[in-house]
Amino acid sequence: MTGDLLARAREGDKRALARVLSAVENDEPRAADILRELYPKTGRARIVGVTGPPGGGKSTLVNRLAGAYREQGERVAIVAVDPSSPFSGGALLGDRIRMQERALDEGLFIRSMASRGHAGGLARTTARVVNVLDAIGYSVVLVETVGVGQEEVDVVRVVDTVCLVTVPGLGDDIQAIKAGVLEIADILVVNKADRPGADETARDLAQMLTLGKLRTEWKPPILRTVAATGEGVPDLVSAIARHAIWAGESGERDRRRRDAARSEVESLLRDGLVRRLRDRVGEDRVERAVARVADRALDPYAAVDELLED
Amino acid sequence: MKRPIRVVVAKAGLDGHDRGAKVVARALRDAGMEVIYTGVHQTPEQVVETALQEDADAVGISLLSGAHNYIFPRVSELMKQKGMDDVLLFGGGIIPEADVPGLKKVGVERVFPPGASLEEIVRYVNEAVGKKRVGV
Repeated sequence: MTGDLLARAREGDKRALARVLSAVENDEPRAADILRELYPKTGRARIVGVTGPPGGGKSTLVNRLAGAYREQGERVAIVAVDPSSPFSGGALLGDRIRMQERALDEGLFIRSMASRGHAGGLARTTARVVNVLDAIGYSVVLVETVGVGQEEVDVVRVVDTVCLVTVPGLGDDIQAIKAGVLEIADILVVNKADRPGADETARDLAQMLTLGKLRTEWKPPILRTVAATGEGVPDLVSAIARHAIWAGESGERDRRRRDAARSEVESLLRDGLVRRLRDRVGEDRVERAVARVADRALDPYAAVDELLED
Repeated sequence: MKRPIRVVVAKAGLDGHDRGAKVVARALRDAGMEVIYTGVHQTPEQVVETALQEDADAVGISLLSGAHNYIFPRVSELMKQKGMDDVLLFGGGIIPEADVPGLKKVGVERVFPPGASLEEIVRYVNEAVGKKRVGV
């Protein structure tokens, strides 16, 4: 059944691919088989991340990038992540609104993902979904994160090139992104650059880059775009290509892919251990301990010691 | 892990009044569903392709323009062509009662008139998707 589904997905059956992606996203039992089969075929796609604060135009820019890569003859997949509600667990996935003009493009596949409580700007299984799209033959995979603040830096462990999209008028708020998110950016994009304040924003970014020490000898370029009209998008595409070449030659790409492999193995290991532990300890005992901690009858450390005993 | 219900909520055709669709999308989200919202002016082809790529359990279309007797049959036809028999199709908006039996005949499983309560819609999607999932 899984083999058949995979074969159809490989032949270009988008419904089969959609099912495969769901299996991986939902950690269905067959997800392990799927990834075992596909993993050797990963590592060929160019994977580009687009991140930045909410409302910066990430989806519109991703839509433009998809168009540019399609013109180059690439097969493009988009993975767009939006936040899940911490209360209901539901999500409103609206990134597609900006991309629907391409919904019928045969060489494009768009998938929305809810973060499902994962805090790094992506969903827990986004890396695996990207792996599937890579292995199935999409030559470019664009990954759009949730609207981020400072600490949502998971994207750097999934993609080859990180584009950080900001907009004029955030004022001092730009200070807020200087730690974390700014440090992982390979390319800085001032979107909505037709608005007043674009120069100041670009200048602030340039200044911030000079303040800290760069991680590598790659100096992130600062580009201006107007995603709504497509202005500046060709420059962004060439900057991404330049970064890819540099990353390949300097060894940065290999280093990053090794980091990604480590984070993936560790995350699965953690999941596996937690599952095993939960089976051994039992939900009831955890619940009882939680109740006692809430009543202040037990402190959290002692509770954990007690649960891990035996 | 329990798989959340995924619903595509779309505004098809030429009317741009998306308030109702947004309110329904929000209610479904608040009921724990993952709602893929497409925005306005969608063609039947776009709606069906979206549901297919998103592996949606259900498609809800809001229509206020009077084009329901074209849009719904076309969406339903495309869904059948693509083998999406296990995907629920429902709708709402300004749709005369007299047209509802005809829509049901072409595969629109439920049509919500103006004034339908959000609770009713949420309950319906939960139950109907539950049945579809058991069926596959």
